[in-house]
Amino acid sequence: MNPRLRWRKFVSNFMLTMTGLCAVVAVSVLFFILGYLVYHGGTSINWNFFTKLPTPVGETGGGMANAIVGSAKLLLLASLFGVPIGFLGGVYLAEFGGGTLAYVVRYAADLLNGVPSIVIGIFAYGLVVLPFKHYSTVAGSFALGLMMIPITLRSTEEFLHAVPRELREGAMALGASKSRTIATVIVPAAYRGVVTAILLALARVAGETAPLLFTAFGNRFWSPGWGQPTASLPVMIFTYAIAPYEDWHRQAWAAGLVLLGLILVVNIVARGILARGIAIPRS
Amino acid sequence: MATSTTTVPNAGPVAGSRSFLSRLRDGDEIARLITFLFAASVVLVTLLLVFELWQGSVLARHKFGLNFFFTRVWDPIFEQFGALPFIYGTVVTAVVALLIAVPLGIGAAIFLAELAPQKISDTLQFFIDLLAAVPSVIYGLLGVFIVIPLMREYIQPALKTTVGFLPFFQGPMYGVGFLTAGIVLAIMVIPYIISVSREVLLSVPRDQREAALALGATRWESTWKVVVPFARTGIMGSIFLALARALGETMAVTMVIGNQPTISASLFSPGDSIASVIANQFSEATGDLYVQSLIELGLVLFLLTFILNGLARLLILVTTQRGSGTGLA
Repeated sequence: MNPRLRWRKFVSNFMLTMTGLCAVVAVSVLFFILGYLVYHGGTSINWNFFTKLPTPVGETGGGMANAIVGSAKLLLLASLFGVPIGFLGGVYLAEFGGGTLAYVVRYAADLLNGVPSIVIGIFAYGLVVLPFKHYSTVAGSFALGLMMIPITLRSTEEFLHAVPRELREGAMALGASKSRTIATVIVPAAYRGVVTAILLALARVAGETAPLLFTAFGNRFWSPGWGQPTASLPVMIFTYAIAPYEDWHRQAWAAGLVLLGLILVVNIVARGILARGIAIPRS
Repeated sequence: MATSTTTVPNAGPVAGSRSFLSRLRDGDEIARLITFLFAASVVLVTLLLVFELWQGSVLARHKFGLNFFFTRVWDPIFEQFGALPFIYGTVVTAVVALLIAVPLGIGAAIFLAELAPQKISDTLQFFIDLLAAVPSVIYGLLGVFIVIPLMREYIQPALKTTVGFLPFFQGPMYGVGFLTAGIVLAIMVIPYIISVSREVLLSVPRDQREAALALGATRWESTWKVVVPFARTGIMGSIFLALARALGETMAVTMVIGNQPTISASLFSPGDSIASVIANQFSEATGDLYVQSLIELGLVLFLLTFILNGLARLLILVTTQRGSGTGLA
């Protein structure tokens, strides 16, 4: 082997090893995050965390029960707002679309998907908080729901397109109208994929903090109804982490563990379902 | 092509000959109308968002005009608002993030697409996808309690003693600041670079690699001189996408950047970014001009990400469909 070739082989092996190292570094970040959260969060989490209200500033103990319920309420209302728009809009794109409008809708959805979450927060503030002169669960849900729309829309479209054409033709051949075909054949065939995608969308907005800062705001007590400022897990993590109290840091870790645990579980389950490709039944 | 399936039901002569009334009775027109309304509402809400940002910042735009972008004073008491320190902070943190994330991300993507066996590549990609799902406030949490102390105790002193003669690595070491924010941002955008770049690299035709190898290129030479140039437009797209994410990222940056509107060459200096100043001050801003200046910052952020996302999508689309034409040489 001449020295030139030996050098080239050496460079090749060296650089390829480096790329492997890059991959290992990138992936190990996930395990660092998980490790730290489990280590710090695991030692701070206790039953009180799930059942108690935050204690007054300066007192130790207490929990985040109101933030957990607040997050659940925000996500529920956000899905009630975002999922129908995303889903039915997706049905339009997949089944009736094709003209200029479909193009415009897709473009708007992609645009909306790329808007920084803090800007979504400003929008929700101007549209919901200002007219009612109140930070509220509704305003926070509006912001989160808005972020769910593009994800739901595009994945509904994708999964409806993936329904085998024979199913469609079979229904039409039996004399079903188009709307009937959609409602009884196409959507049922695609629903698992769509539901999985909606779960992923929920998991994504569940961790969003920035759009809640000046819509749902925060609350150290229970938030009755839907028109009051409400606590939420992500905002609690933020305020507790930057506060100067040791006990709040402990609870921020615990909240981080709970939030990330939920999000990762949903992601793993949903991605598992999608990867196995059982979203669309094969004939 | 999946899109062709949608036209099938209408294609037959039977469907065409049915009267509007019979289709109305079947509910087709109603279904179309209802779904149309929901689809149209997506467009409406997007337009409303743009309108709201434009309308909400009218006072600030008229009062400061273009000077808004070149003034470094941010004084709520005397109602003087200039965006320069925030634009500076946003750009500097994003640049630091990309300097770290691009080599790492592309390296990892090359490994996943070119080298790793299918199974390992898919497993690693699964972890990368999970990493992309970690919310930014969690990165912020780790930034506050892990990265900041690490920076203050070890990394910043080490940088100061080795490359401290450069203006970037001087001044007091607080732990918070541009460099810390850039590093946290880098960690956050690496998954996006990897996912998109891997996809683009995988779409490079197999004969490109085989031709290079047949000509006697080593594995690395075929990858670096043939495959990567072929995919470079798409890789650029992934970088733009990451840049858009980095510019708009709020929570993690807010928690580690220090929140002081400073312009300083030193990366150790605490700073502020567009997103972080909005997050910190919006809910306590008093006075119309103050609020509107913050909304104008939001408008700037929106326009920046809008342009970058558009460019990114275009580049990725072009490469995955045709390859980066000039890379064929």
